[in-house]
Amino acid sequence: MTGVGIIGRSVVTPLGDTPEGVFQAARKGCSALKPYTDTSEVYWASRLERKGFGGDSFFEAVALEAARKAVADAGIDPSGAGFILSTIKGDIEKLGSGDVSLAASAAHIARALGVQAAPVVVSNACISGVAAVVQGMRMIRDGAFRHVIVVGAELQSRFIVTGFQALKALSQEPCRPFDAARDGLNLGEAAAAMVLTALDTPEESAGWELLSGAIRNDANHISGPSRTGEGSYNALRAVLPFVRKEDLAFVNVHGTATRYNDEMEAIALDRAGLLDVPINSLKGVFGHTMGAAGILESILSMEALEAGIVLPTRGFHELGVSAPVKVSACEQAVRGNAFVKLLSGFGGVNGALLFRKGGAR
Amino acid sequence: MKQVSIPSGANLTALYRELAGDYPKFFKMDTLSKLGFLLTEMLVGEEADRFRPREDRAVLVFSREGCVANDRHYQDSMADFPSPGLFVYTLPNIVSGEIAIRNKYAGETSAYVLEEYDQKLVDALVCQAFQDPVTTSAIVIWADCPRDDAWEALGWLVKKEDLG
Repeated sequence: MTGVGIIGRSVVTPLGDTPEGVFQAARKGCSALKPYTDTSEVYWASRLERKGFGGDSFFEAVALEAARKAVADAGIDPSGAGFILSTIKGDIEKLGSGDVSLAASAAHIARALGVQAAPVVVSNACISGVAAVVQGMRMIRDGAFRHVIVVGAELQSRFIVTGFQALKALSQEPCRPFDAARDGLNLGEAAAAMVLTALDTPEESAGWELLSGAIRNDANHISGPSRTGEGSYNALRAVLPFVRKEDLAFVNVHGTATRYNDEMEAIALDRAGLLDVPINSLKGVFGHTMGAAGILESILSMEALEAGIVLPTRGFHELGVSAPVKVSACEQAVRGNAFVKLLSGFGGVNGALLFRKGGAR
Repeated sequence: MKQVSIPSGANLTALYRELAGDYPKFFKMDTLSKLGFLLTEMLVGEEADRFRPREDRAVLVFSREGCVANDRHYQDSMADFPSPGLFVYTLPNIVSGEIAIRNKYAGETSAYVLEEYDQKLVDALVCQAFQDPVTTSAIVIWADCPRDDAWEALGWLVKKEDLG
């Protein structure tokens, strides 16, 4: 089977516009979360500056910016590449006044990039970013494309904020993943992109490789995770055979800081035999960036592993889940050359990706 | 390969009573989820061992407009009191989750949005989903409902052995 490498990465976040810069900010404990009062209740979120982007759609502009930077980083000609957009709500803030079609946004971004292939939108709730990377991997293994550009982007809006408030899922303070006092999530805005490529020879595997990815459903509830962590555990079970336990440096979990999500992930990690592997959540840095999360958090995890560390879990102080998972409160040195990215979402979906760093980059 | 469809504007409640009738959660669903639910009833209703939990069946849903009809209902509720019951259906993948819950499918569920119904592209994406070694069959749904009374709704059941 063809190996799949990662040869381009980019981020657009309120903490910076380069993977290295944002990694250093996260490492220092910075956070983009701020309080907002434009709805009836205060909420904390991480939002992008609207300035400096042209065009009719800020959503398309930030997604395009991320895609262009990843293409430049990879040094590929995008015309023959596959193109996948990961987003949940795209331009939803225009509902009633403009075009909210996710497919039209994807087509606009793909054309602006010069991609000729038909774009595909993956909109699989909060695991969209992981699911889009899985889809990109499959397109390469299938031989459909040599390169696939995977872009994740999400903006926040009254539509999304009031919905999460109605579900009583938002914290009115900075979120506290896995903490005993956690009381909900924060939302975030970001775009991030990866260029995936076919690796035909062993020498080409010297950089980052995507070894495996899987998506599994809890088959339990549309807006609450399984109490037994069924889908998350099954997704982990699907990817873990591709790595030796001693090579697994950390698991970058979803860690939204809702009571149910973090408890569910702890149970899934316990069932998968990963209680002794460091875990971390980046939601205290960027909030929950929805369609961007899987790609943004994977890129930050790559930067961390290149530096030989696992990033801190901002907002975490005292373990508040039933299984004794090894939450990395502070930056820690790690051993191993691989990490797992985990996400879960509404609709009962769960996704896992397994990345490995080669000898040099 | 078994293929089914629901004509645009059909009476979905009558169809539900004919095909299922024992699943009151149906009435809470948005139109997109109702269509996916009913197409799946048509595809697997007669299957032996139908409700045996299984991980080897994927649910892959495709649309052009996602869940935009329900998005408008949620937006209408925002003016008064934002409805959590409507908000949870503002995701294009909830239909795949509803199918997984009803049928106890613990396998992959994925949701894609495409510019147009493109059979070649849908077939390629479905075929690629079978790269997951656990997946041996897939419920495939094309359901697009820009409005609650007008839609396209097609479903088919693909088995690994059907693929060339």
